[in-house]
Amino acid sequence: MKHLIPEFEKLKARFPAGFESSLVLPCVRRIQEDRGFVADADIDGLVEYLGVPRIQIEEVLSYYTQFRRAAIGRWHLQACRNVTCSMRSAERLIDHLSRRLGVAPGQTTPDGMFTLSTAECLGSCGTAPVVMVNDTYHENMSIEKLDRLLEELKRA
Amino acid sequence: MPGTQLLMTFPVTATSHTLADYVARDGYATLRRALATMKPEEITREVTASGLLGHGGAAFPAGRKWGVVHLNDHQPHYLCANADEGEPGTFKDRWILEHAPHLLLESMLLASYALQVRNAFVYIRGEFDLPYRRLAAAVEEAYAAGYFGANIMGSEFSCDVVIYRGAGSYVCGEASGLLSSIEGKRGYPRNRPPRLTVQGLFKRPTVVNNVETLANIAGIVARGADAYKKVGTAKCPGTQLVSISGHIAKPGVYEVEYGYPMAKFLFEDCGGMLPGMKLKCIVPGGISTKVLTAAEVAPLTFDHQSFAAAGSSLGSGGMIAIAEGTCMVRLLQVMLRFYHHESCGQCTPCREGMGWMHRIIDRIVAGQGQPEDIDSLVRISRLQDGMTICGMGDAAGYATIGILDKYRGEFEHWIREKRSLLEGNLEGAVHA
Repeated sequence: MKHLIPEFEKLKARFPAGFESSLVLPCVRRIQEDRGFVADADIDGLVEYLGVPRIQIEEVLSYYTQFRRAAIGRWHLQACRNVTCSMRSAERLIDHLSRRLGVAPGQTTPDGMFTLSTAECLGSCGTAPVVMVNDTYHENMSIEKLDRLLEELKRA
Repeated sequence: MPGTQLLMTFPVTATSHTLADYVARDGYATLRRALATMKPEEITREVTASGLLGHGGAAFPAGRKWGVVHLNDHQPHYLCANADEGEPGTFKDRWILEHAPHLLLESMLLASYALQVRNAFVYIRGEFDLPYRRLAAAVEEAYAAGYFGANIMGSEFSCDVVIYRGAGSYVCGEASGLLSSIEGKRGYPRNRPPRLTVQGLFKRPTVVNNVETLANIAGIVARGADAYKKVGTAKCPGTQLVSISGHIAKPGVYEVEYGYPMAKFLFEDCGGMLPGMKLKCIVPGGISTKVLTAAEVAPLTFDHQSFAAAGSSLGSGGMIAIAEGTCMVRLLQVMLRFYHHESCGQCTPCREGMGWMHRIIDRIVAGQGQPEDIDSLVRISRLQDGMTICGMGDAAGYATIGILDKYRGEFEHWIREKRSLLEGNLEGAVHA
């Protein structure tokens, strides 16, 4: 994470003085974007850089669902299955995805291409069902659109 | 359009969210005038007089919240816009973030001036991508134009803003949980008192307002409290953004004037139900509000008093229209799975109760339910009510009791017959 410190310094300048503790979440997010997950060495680096207790970083990592301590597939498919998405066919969509990829939610394909997850409300109920691919929302999904999307991702 | 519009007043185009377009719509003119001619207290007075209600779900008067902050207490004050939109069914703040980010920023500057805030924050949920990019671009535009930073528009007033991204936690949408998160910790809600306006972010007075609440400030300061009060009803002034989804023909975000007839809204503005479907019930304001049957909702008007009299609430404006043929047992199962997943684990009644309720409903759906399970769900709901630091324990109970009150027969059928009355269908039934 040391190569990210110049970026962290810029971030820090926007915060009021004495807000070092607040930088835990944005720094962790940036580290994860960079490495794909948060490694032990990153925690060591952050403890030293921010001067916060190690347990604070460990607690944050285990609390927030978006943070992870291990690598996942190249494409992270997060299918929402909350109320509206389920009412608009999300359960059938997730079954289809699971069959197509040959993995259950929470698992990664053996080639490391896809990780399938379920999500509980992505705040996009008006365009349900929604599948998030890495950072991008794919809205008004259907089995046909999902199949096309998988083919595109495989070629990308 | 469902009545007078105060926020959705311009056509959405490819550039309508940019600074240039916002300035062309007289954007930042209110800030310029306020900084030159108004005292901070005058803005708070105007907001209080307008009767503006919080639009995050609790409908607490914004002016009363602001009024707790003492301007001359010689300590920093903070303002946080709550953009952690996560109550299932709710996606209305997204509209503001994506299409009117400068309206939010100008309003936040006016609020910061009124509350003498030097550092303001927007806490946005971590999954939001386009809303974040739009808001971040708007912040950079506003800094470049001199609307943030030191001595804004040549005045004595200085203000900075930071966009803080969440990381996937429903509870961070609760104001004190949100502040714990900005402090770089787990998003644990805190006991009150002290109120956040007394001891909030890093123990300093902090106002946390929902994005939509704040977005109304610029209009109120520009046109005055009296003009705002002319919209809506006497007890419920203004408008509220409604995000409607489910088995409805035209889902999306609508700005609805308080007092507007619900039947007209649902069956004309929203185009009624999907082809061939009939309305069974609605979730009126996020899943934590009690469901209302089609017959109950039809005569209502869109305002807090009307919905309270019907035993429910407008909440966050996250409306879900549910068609006949939808299995309410499976629907409650989805809801309880969500609450169980999102409990932060701080308070025993919620941490244990959510899991307990989730296990009971899973058991019923697996055909292993017992007749006493229904009463257990009600009892656990009541056990949580008012017994937790934040409102999540109460919320899961409202959702559960709301559905059990009106659709108990579906639960009894599943327990007795070991299968759903409606084949476990969540997608609604199409009538020929």
